[in-house]
Amino acid sequence: MPKPIQSIERASAILRLLSGRTRRLSLAEVAGELGLPKGTVYGIMRTLLSVGFVEQDPESGKYRIGAALLHLGSSYLDGNELRTRALNWADWLAARTNESVRLGTLHDGQVLLVHHVFRPDNSPQVLEVGALLPMHATAMGKVLLAYHPYLTEELTNGRLPRFTSGTITDPKLLAIELEQVREQGWAASLEELIEGETSFAAPIRDRQGVAVGAIAISGPTERLCDDAQPRVELVSYVREGARTISRDLGAVPW
Amino acid sequence: MNAQYVAAIDQGTSSSRCLVFDLQGRIVSLSQKEHEQIFPRPGWVEHDPREILRNVIEVVHGALDTGGLDVRDLVAVGIANQRETTVVWDPHTGEPVHNAIVWQDTRTDALCRKLGAELGQDRFRDRCGLPLATYFSGPKVSWLLDSAPGLRQRAEEGDLLFGTMDSWLVWNLTGRHVTDVTNASRTMLMNLETLDWDDTLLDAIGVPRAMLPVIRPSSAIYGEAGESLGGVPIAAALGDQQAALFGQTCFSAGEAKCTYGTGSFLLLNTGSRPVLSGHGLLTTVGSKIGDEPATYALEGSIAVTGALVQWFRDKVGLIGSAPEVETLARTVDDNGGIYFVPAFSGLFAPHWRGDARGVIAGLTGYVTKGHLARAVLEATAWQTREVVDAMNADSGIEMTSLKADGGMTANNLLMQFLADVLGVPVVRPNVAETVSLGAAYAAGLAVGFWPDVESLRANWHKAAEWLPNMDQAERERGYRKWKKAVQRTLDWVDDDD
Repeated sequence: MPKPIQSIERASAILRLLSGRTRRLSLAEVAGELGLPKGTVYGIMRTLLSVGFVEQDPESGKYRIGAALLHLGSSYLDGNELRTRALNWADWLAARTNESVRLGTLHDGQVLLVHHVFRPDNSPQVLEVGALLPMHATAMGKVLLAYHPYLTEELTNGRLPRFTSGTITDPKLLAIELEQVREQGWAASLEELIEGETSFAAPIRDRQGVAVGAIAISGPTERLCDDAQPRVELVSYVREGARTISRDLGAVPW
Repeated sequence: MNAQYVAAIDQGTSSSRCLVFDLQGRIVSLSQKEHEQIFPRPGWVEHDPREILRNVIEVVHGALDTGGLDVRDLVAVGIANQRETTVVWDPHTGEPVHNAIVWQDTRTDALCRKLGAELGQDRFRDRCGLPLATYFSGPKVSWLLDSAPGLRQRAEEGDLLFGTMDSWLVWNLTGRHVTDVTNASRTMLMNLETLDWDDTLLDAIGVPRAMLPVIRPSSAIYGEAGESLGGVPIAAALGDQQAALFGQTCFSAGEAKCTYGTGSFLLLNTGSRPVLSGHGLLTTVGSKIGDEPATYALEGSIAVTGALVQWFRDKVGLIGSAPEVETLARTVDDNGGIYFVPAFSGLFAPHWRGDARGVIAGLTGYVTKGHLARAVLEATAWQTREVVDAMNADSGIEMTSLKADGGMTANNLLMQFLADVLGVPVVRPNVAETVSLGAAYAAGLAVGFWPDVESLRANWHKAAEWLPNMDQAERERGYRKWKKAVQRTLDWVDDDD
């Protein structure tokens, strides 16, 4: 294999950095984060600007990901759009399963909650939209990892923090589990983030088949499992909800 | 197998939809189709009634197919419809004599002013609960009958029929010329006490009695559908906003909801007596179940809310889809000092000013497209605040939370801002499709699928809640600016426009 081209590697690193942030970054911040000289970053940034892959705010001079790049990647779907399109079926899933429902997308190596439907029992609950969750300890995160292998590599190169005794912290074990998630088309988190809480998730795919998000139900393990095994009918509802939303995403936008 | 589902037809302003519900009030399947918006002149809005009829039949079959169901699986079909939109057709040919004149259409502005004359726009309010405004059907019918020679005479001789969308659909599906009491309450032609057509109103507005449908309860079997829908009973019709009030299970006096769609509509159940408004709200019928007494409501109507986002998408082009307005709005922290009053067809509740037109107030060189997006969303919240204030004043009860529904409840930024400017929690029910749900509930009650309204309350569940998080001073400052912006929309339209 020929040696990687350094400037492309650096351009990719800049784009990854910018794509993970909701606010714009200055040249100095980008250079600082990547440990590169400002002059080097400046040269690459000018090129990225010229092809529309980054945008620069005329007043502050700060950078962010450009619209051209967002629309280039078919996996990009506006989180607000995803919520709007999924609204009815997320409600449907909560009503069918009597559990709370969450929708998540990839954001900076974490799961960003873009939608949350309360458990339909009128008990006090707090809206969690906007929260970030760890990938390796959640069912949604595992689904997103399973369908975005490059992320898995990045994530498993680092440390996998432990949240409960069930959290998978060994990258090798996680890789085996993700292989299984790919095969079965859904993921579970069996008390891996919070003691006593289980969740099941399935991928939401766009018309190209790319997993643009994940939908999950969560609740106490005694309701979601029988003898520590996921209840089949609940998993079926999650997968059906995910399939229906995916089908709608393939349709003409409203 | 016994039929175990109810279908609701939601014949709305921009699309027709069909949703199928099960006994627990859960959505089983859905199908929808948009129809053409016809703009013959500025301020005029029309629909093709034949296109709408075709779409309605198509979406019912579409929803059944999606759910793997058959017409025989349905116990009944209920209709919720865009209100006031006026159709006049020839019963012999079944052909409309004119496109439907849509509720947003302002062509009757001069006629309404003429009808008010020295008595003003509240001339008929004590009889029909409504101010003279371009919104309502009666003046639209009168305009239509005068739009071509011979129409008025044919109407007087019973050779033309009038109906709102419910009436047009039920006539086509069952052959019966009926309307429901909630739709009739939006014509300006029905007496709120007798719940029958009022000769004084008919004479004054100029609508012949011979062309009017029979007024029926909202929940009653109107007839069986013909071949196109396999003989299923058509068992309910309600104006879409009354349907949403019903779908939110606001069955008791004091319960209120606001539906956020193209326009937005806040309705408060006032029980078995009509309450006349001193603050620009409408008095309307909420529902009537079979032989039970009618339930009345106070209503605050806001013409342009979701429509502003659509305008921003289609005419300004700064966003590619309606939900992206939230993404764009979140690129900034506030509105940059601008207020957008979307008085595109004048101002509705609580102002009722047909002479107003839209403004963006407070523009400076600092303002970006993100600020514009935020002002677009905030407009919906501030308009709601004005209506809530009017409602609190009329009813003498302070609203302590708002049940919100409709497509815009998917917008978290808007829902949070709404809670902020109202200063009360905003809750969304598990089924956001309350318009359809209400029509399904009313149809299901008529055929005994559900025994009573109390059995429906158990189906209502909170799906989300936004709590106010804005300090009082900031809220009042923003409201003050909004009111100043509203003042700047007034008196724009001149007689020669």
